[in-house]
Amino acid sequence: MTQAREVLYCGFCSLPPEYCEFGPTLEKCKEWLKRNDRVAFQFLYNTLEDQLASTSLGTEDKLEEDKKKAKEAAKIERQLQKKMQSRVVIKRIERTKKKCVTSVFGLENFDVDLKKAAKLFANKFACGASVTKNNQGNDEIVVQGDVSDEIFDMIMEQWPIVPEDNIDLVEDKKKK
Amino acid sequence: MFKKFNIKEDVTGHTQVKSSVQRGIRAKIQDQFGDGVEGILDVVLPKKTPMILMKCHEHINLIVVNNEIQFFQHFDGPYFPTLKLLHKYPNMLPRLQVDRGAIKFVIGGANIMCPGLTSKGAKMDVSVPADSIVAITAEGKNEVLAIGKTKMSTDDIKKINKGIGVDTVHYLGDSLWKTVVDL
Ligand SMILES: [Zn+2]
Repeated sequence: MTQAREVLYCGFCSLPPEYCEFGPTLEKCKEWLKRNDRVAFQFLYNTLEDQLASTSLGTEDKLEEDKKKAKEAAKIERQLQKKMQSRVVIKRIERTKKKCVTSVFGLENFDVDLKKAAKLFANKFACGASVTKNNQGNDEIVVQGDVSDEIFDMIMEQWPIVPEDNIDLVEDKKKK
Repeated sequence: MFKKFNIKEDVTGHTQVKSSVQRGIRAKIQDQFGDGVEGILDVVLPKKTPMILMKCHEHINLIVVNNEIQFFQHFDGPYFPTLKLLHKYPNMLPRLQVDRGAIKFVIGGANIMCPGLTSKGAKMDVSVPADSIVAITAEGKNEVLAIGKTKMSTDDIKKINKGIGVDTVHYLGDSLWKTVVDL
């Protein structure tokens, strides 16, 4: 009883995947599950087909329902598109000739918890990492050391929702 | 309760509780859930880890440990586990199963009507009085989809079989479910 169960949650709608069918984003949810947990995907959507078939909604109800779902899906799609246009910037900043820090900006647009991300970076690279406000008043993560490439890889791995093309790697050299 | 909750606007303040208060809260939860829960509390509310009490509008209190909301409370009432906590330890609460047709209403935040608990796909193997905290599962599903409070006893739900049987307090996808605590 005291052993905690691990429950898989859908990376798209956040519910346990077996409940994705009740949200408006089933298709996207399916894609996510297919990419992230093949076994669960097959298990879930092979058994589900039967149930869906056996729940016979009246045709009128069904039309109404489909319309509503399409509307909601469009809304979520729009939000998603906006999300997909946000950029994540990894910047190498020289502090002195030998020392530099790496700042990561924009992860929050992808619903990443910045504090947790900073902690993750700190653990992974065994270095200091913190969340600070930059001059524009936006939060960014600052990691000690030059770890731009590693952070790039880590973002790809940890938060697959961030498209690779949206990550910019830039350098901020000190003027001589 | 959490249909429109917003952590940025609705939290009025948070404090790390004194260890005596922390002991009191733990004791109340243990009292409420029975001694079997002690092992779970050792993990989710460890004695040595700071416990944060977040006070919110509408007299809702959230118990936060390690940046996770573990329990919540309305006024001075009983403590409810969050769905995420219940998913980890599903045996904390008695379970009532709704039929498949009821799922979409529950996920939409509706209260649970008696017929949804007495139809062919539903299941009530336990017998609890009114005002009990229960987990709601569903026909053909493994995971709990909501936490509620019985409005009448399970016997009455069967006998009367109309109207609201269980008030839905917290459900998959509501704003408590989506809340990320970042202290
Ligand atoms: Zn989903």
